[in-house]
Amino acid sequence: MSVYWGFHLRMRDLKPVLLLEDDSVDAMTVKRALKDLDVKNPLVNVFNGEQALEYLQNSDNAEPCVILLDLNMPKMNGIEFLKIAKSDPRLKCVPVVALTTSKTDKDKLECFDNGVAGYIVKPVDYNGFLDAMKILNLYWTLSESSCNLVEKQDVEPQKTVCS
Amino acid sequence: MRNLRSILLVEDDNVDAMTVKRAFGELKIVNELVRAVNGEAALNYLRGHLNEKPCVILLDLNMPKMNGIEFLRVMKVDDELRQIPVVVLTTSKDDRDKMKSFKSHVAGYIVKPADYRVFVEAIKIFDSYWTLSELPDSVPEDTALELQKTDCTGTGS
Repeated sequence: MSVYWGFHLRMRDLKPVLLLEDDSVDAMTVKRALKDLDVKNPLVNVFNGEQALEYLQNSDNAEPCVILLDLNMPKMNGIEFLKIAKSDPRLKCVPVVALTTSKTDKDKLECFDNGVAGYIVKPVDYNGFLDAMKILNLYWTLSESSCNLVEKQDVEPQKTVCS
Repeated sequence: MRNLRSILLVEDDNVDAMTVKRAFGELKIVNELVRAVNGEAALNYLRGHLNEKPCVILLDLNMPKMNGIEFLRVMKVDDELRQIPVVVLTTSKDDRDKMKSFKSHVAGYIVKPADYRVFVEAIKIFDSYWTLSELPDSVPEDTALELQKTDCTGTGS
């Protein structure tokens, strides 16, 4: 797991963005786009669904404001992760947006059936990708999120993600 | 929007519904805006087999008869409706409303800006996002077939 710092996305409360992406080049592209957009939220990159669940279930970690989900990953793929996350009473509140190269109707339907909050097919060229991330940032800055509404814990992201 | 299907607005207040309509017009959003006045009316519309399924639902929370949260709890467990993204559009900033909404898998929660210009900006961002995002175009196959058979109006996909 790697943690990147230094962005200025005002997606609610500067909570981290959790990126599930097994491909390090693709993860770098997301990191670069957020940096180019001057987004401040930290980006936490995990490489499959299993690691994401580990991250989310550890109460020392800050709850993300949004989860960006690749679908094709080893071990536990995106849809398997989505099904587990969306049936967990605590995790189901965190919006999950699919960010994938898959355009199949089956993947789209399965994601929306399981409570995804957006499905973005990754534009191949970087400028297109940057535009997509810009819109994503604007939307999740406009939208409230359920972050810090979990009654029992009031996590402090700056402290916990840094460690 | 990503496709040209309608947008269902669930809103009991006439003035608020007009404001949404006006913003759509100003932003030249061509998707038809269909309005239901409460959750029950929305469910009736969505379950009417002659009605085209909307691409997105904009949902107010405080409504008589069946409010937004009650509506969500019903439609998000209905296999034929649950895949439609629902975005809450409300004046409520209540944390419990947000929490209940996200627990029912809403795809966004927009607190209505009081100022009209800011409201138009919000709808613009909403439109950009749901143009960028794919939508669950295909209803389950057997339903799609049934729709084609029964829809005589020519508005079906």
